[in-house]
Amino acid sequence: MDRSGALPGFAKLNQLARTPVEGGVRLAVAGDCATQHIAAALRGYGVYTDFPMQVFDADYDQVRAQLTDPDSELYGFDPAFLLLVFSVERLWADYCACEQREQFAEQKLAEIELYWNAFHDRLPGAKLLQCNYPELDDRVFGNFALKVRSSFLYQLRLLNLRLCDLAMAHPGVFLIDLCALQSRVGRDQFFNSKIYYVGKLPIHTNCLPLVAKEVLDVIHAVRGEIKKVAVLDLDNTLWGGVIGDDGLAGIQIGELGLGHAFTEFQAWLKELKKRGVLLAVCSKNTESTAREPFEKHPEMVLRMEDFSIFVANWEDKAGNIRMIRDTLNLGMDSFVFIDDNPFERELVRSLVPGITVPELPDDPAEYVKYLREQNLFETASYSEADASRTAQYQQEVGRVQAQRQAGSFDDYLQSLDMTAQAKPFDSFHYPRIAQLTQRSNQFNLRTVRYTEDEIRAAAEDPDALTLYFTLKDKFGDYGLISVVIGRKQDDRTLFVDTWLMSCRVLKRGMEEFIINTLVKTAAEQGFTTIRAEYLPTAKNAMVKDIYETLGFTALGDGQFVCDTRSFRENKTRIKMED
Amino acid sequence: MEREEIFSALQEIFEGLFGEGVPTLTDETTAQDVDGWDSLMHITMISEVENRFDMRFSMKDVIGMKNVGEMVDLIEENV
Repeated sequence: MDRSGALPGFAKLNQLARTPVEGGVRLAVAGDCATQHIAAALRGYGVYTDFPMQVFDADYDQVRAQLTDPDSELYGFDPAFLLLVFSVERLWADYCACEQREQFAEQKLAEIELYWNAFHDRLPGAKLLQCNYPELDDRVFGNFALKVRSSFLYQLRLLNLRLCDLAMAHPGVFLIDLCALQSRVGRDQFFNSKIYYVGKLPIHTNCLPLVAKEVLDVIHAVRGEIKKVAVLDLDNTLWGGVIGDDGLAGIQIGELGLGHAFTEFQAWLKELKKRGVLLAVCSKNTESTAREPFEKHPEMVLRMEDFSIFVANWEDKAGNIRMIRDTLNLGMDSFVFIDDNPFERELVRSLVPGITVPELPDDPAEYVKYLREQNLFETASYSEADASRTAQYQQEVGRVQAQRQAGSFDDYLQSLDMTAQAKPFDSFHYPRIAQLTQRSNQFNLRTVRYTEDEIRAAAEDPDALTLYFTLKDKFGDYGLISVVIGRKQDDRTLFVDTWLMSCRVLKRGMEEFIINTLVKTAAEQGFTTIRAEYLPTAKNAMVKDIYETLGFTALGDGQFVCDTRSFRENKTRIKMED
Repeated sequence: MEREEIFSALQEIFEGLFGEGVPTLTDETTAQDVDGWDSLMHITMISEVENRFDMRFSMKDVIGMKNVGEMVDLIEENV
């Protein structure tokens, strides 16, 4: 759902936390401080955002006991996520008791890694959400602390930085940046000494809704529920003024009028684009007029090549956004619509279910600050491929246009000159493969999420058949777009544990090509039977019949089977690349 | 602010936190009289009251207050 906007207070969340919830994501909370308020805020925030969750709260200061005992209550709860909250006040107490202060951060880090390892040894598939430390300057050295390696402030900052390095080496660990949150709201808002001394609660209750949001943002991202597209209005959103009325020299961008705020907003959007978020324009304008600033204005930061798709016409925006969705072929809940006009926002909000529409502030000076605070673009992975995503989608838009011009659909497919590769997993591709398992929701038969380590394990498992697929055509290279993991059940039977595919290559003959290749590869390895399964989620209904369509026999209850000896190849226009 | 006004604002806060079943608050109401008023809710309630009246209790107040009447006294002194 649309999670943008103002948050309810802690009292409200605490009230909502008492709503009975069935099933949902299992989240455990533990810390070296009192965590029951944090757990209550998370429970309430789950109810508030319609995200079913079961939250387990370990008692006060039970981290070591709960994590190092394989039979602990926490493990009995079988969490999919564990949130670890360590208070900086306790850290300071530990620091005071530490003799080798220059080694303090490293010692603490080793202790934290011990917890992480204990947790993942016991629950390898679960994800650990580790809070970093809010800053606390004990002022023992004053500003000179920055020149003393053994000072608390130096060690604290080092620890927060080293936590980043450590988390990078643990793909199953994600950090929650409480330090940044405290900087944003201020120490006095974040921490209340009295509440800490009386209740051992390291975060002011007033701040807990924000903490809950940060944690849920990360959980959603880890689950692949991320925003992939920013659809942007132009007039008074990307520049001040109206291009149709004010003309190229009159719009405010760069040095003119309110221009600086818009320049910065564009620069922020450009950074998002570089990270892999697609930018689209949806503007009520004559197309040539709307393009002019991007082509000719010297102070524009964004240029035509930054957009995956550019739609400027006089049709209604809801219809245009649906057209953009169809062209890019992504789910509407991965779209964010940014428009200064409250009327357009309300229209899109009511006519386009699933889309997120932040309430942009009236003052353009606040755009960037507000959108940063909303944290709409949380992600749980980043790879080189993200940086070139815009180019890939531009090719896609070219294909859609070619299709609209081609005589028949088959003529169109033929005209694409498609070639594909099918290869067993290799170390170079582990990150991309893991990322696809994390992110693919629609074309994903069993929605099993894998970390890089688990992908490596599958690649090295002699009883696993792994395949990744790439596709290219005359418009460009899609790169790695599909992943198959088969598990040997017995000498003759292979079970398809994972099959997912990027929706960008849907209905192009790739599904056929993949199944043909899978059956052939399995047969070559001596398997006579392939068993497959469809596990329904809220998002993958599109593939519920795919095995049957492609020549498997349906056994009912989402089970399918194929005899590799009698299988008849599906027709496809895609050729195997040499 | 009149004592009566403080009581009526507190009643509203208590009902928000503890539900409709909260008894009518009097000077003598204690944690025993309100279902759910445990140490966790005490902290939540203190924060809510501070937010509502834009004031701060001291740590001694938080630990020491014996009944609603004492809380109202402290609010009266601080507002």
